[in-house]
Amino acid sequence: MPPLTSETLFTLTAVLLFGIGAHGLTQTRHALRRLLALNICISAIFLLLVASGKHGDTDPVPHAMVLTGIVVALSTTAVAISLIVRRNRHRRPPDGGLHW
Amino acid sequence: MALVFDALLALAMLWLAWQGVHAQTLFQAVVSFMLFGLLIALAWVRLDATDIALAEAALGSGVTGALLFAALGQLPPEPIRARRRTRWHRRLLALAWGLVLLAPIALLLYGVLQLEGRGLGAEVNASLSQANIGSPVTAVLLNFRAIDTLLELVVMLSAVVVVWSLGATAPSPLPWLPAPSLPALTRLLFPVFLLTAGYLLWRGEHGPGGAFPAGAVLAAGFVLAILSGARAPAPDGHTGWRLLICLGPLAFAMVAGGVLLAGYVYFEYPPRVAGLLMIGIEIAAGISIGFMLTALFFAAERDHSSQV
Amino acid sequence: MNLFIDGASLMLLVLGLLFFLSGTIGLLRFPDVFTRLHALSKTDTLALGFISASLALQSGSLLLTLKLLLITLLVMVAGATSSSLIAGAAIARGVRPWQR
Repeated sequence: MPPLTSETLFTLTAVLLFGIGAHGLTQTRHALRRLLALNICISAIFLLLVASGKHGDTDPVPHAMVLTGIVVALSTTAVAISLIVRRNRHRRPPDGGLHW
Repeated sequence: MALVFDALLALAMLWLAWQGVHAQTLFQAVVSFMLFGLLIALAWVRLDATDIALAEAALGSGVTGALLFAALGQLPPEPIRARRRTRWHRRLLALAWGLVLLAPIALLLYGVLQLEGRGLGAEVNASLSQANIGSPVTAVLLNFRAIDTLLELVVMLSAVVVVWSLGATAPSPLPWLPAPSLPALTRLLFPVFLLTAGYLLWRGEHGPGGAFPAGAVLAAGFVLAILSGARAPAPDGHTGWRLLICLGPLAFAMVAGGVLLAGYVYFEYPPRVAGLLMIGIEIAAGISIGFMLTALFFAAERDHSSQV
Repeated sequence: MNLFIDGASLMLLVLGLLFFLSGTIGLLRFPDVFTRLHALSKTDTLALGFISASLALQSGSLLLTLKLLLITLLVMVAGATSSSLIAGAAIARGVRPWQR
């Protein structure tokens, strides 16, 4: 068993986060909730990559990979949002959908 | 002590992630997700990954949150479904499936924790002097793995193209301005936004920062300005917008290909001007990213002028 | 001298945390959006000031102190404006202030 350090703790957290995301991806109905769940999965993978790859001094290569990944995830999310909004174009609420 | 803090952070992250998917209303889910993004940025700081923390807070939480809110204003409220009672044998089946899935996950986690790689940190630091740049992460992004970054810009560009081709209109100010404070604030802060973006660009040469956080700050400034009444031409079809959006990828590709003329390999910067070339690419990319993010936001927000 | 600085910094930190706590209680317990804003915006501004002052005492460098001051000022301005925007949006959507 590896010693309990911050890295181990965040590796474990990443696995649990991926579980939450995957569960949400399959168990929710609304497209926006699924998108959020997907984003949580993506964040979990980034966290796993950096936390498990960190031994002593920091390694810039996974950092650069995650930076690239964040931007790709953002682009994907923007396209997905655009598609979701487009599909619901004709069913727009009068009050803008915000609930206080 | 630090471990206690990390454990609390991890618990809060898990709870917010759950809320981000299963909160009662979509609005609550989006807010929880944004908070989750901020906490994960804190986790990045704890893991000594300040660059990722900056990008996560600016892009993962900030820009994504703004896009989600813009979408939320245009979606119908989620239909409230009565919670169906699940049969007990279905629950048992789901539980069994969960346990079956848990075994490989546990095995995988055990394997990941046993990994004994030493990473590429030493190699990067050894060749840092060749790259003529202070920050190892920037060196990887703009020199050693520059093709990844170029393609990442192209991915973002394709996202803008897709979103535009779904139909976009001119960005418009907020339909209501309840207080004169927003335009006043924008006038006060816009120079600060520009200054901060420039600072982040400059800082990327020797520390955390660089084109992506700078672009996000720039986009935040533009969005704020347009929301509080500044005029901007419609993004799609306007030549200026197109040029600014393509500036980063174009400059990058031109540098990557231009070195061929000087007898170098594709993406191999001449050592004497490597630092200078990278600064040039970074500035062009930062400007383009700012405009791309603004375009994405206003494409998501496109309908709100007709709302009132 | 060091002891004095540490003590002052600790006191400011505790003060700031107390203000954050009271603001959070207000957020959780107050009846409508306006009273919640009232609780949050004031206490948070004050708490942030205290915490920045505490950190500035610990930083021991003029540059960091100035950066902390800049951050505090920016958050103050942004907090005040966003509070007024949220309240304005609530009124525009027809939310009436809570009355006993």
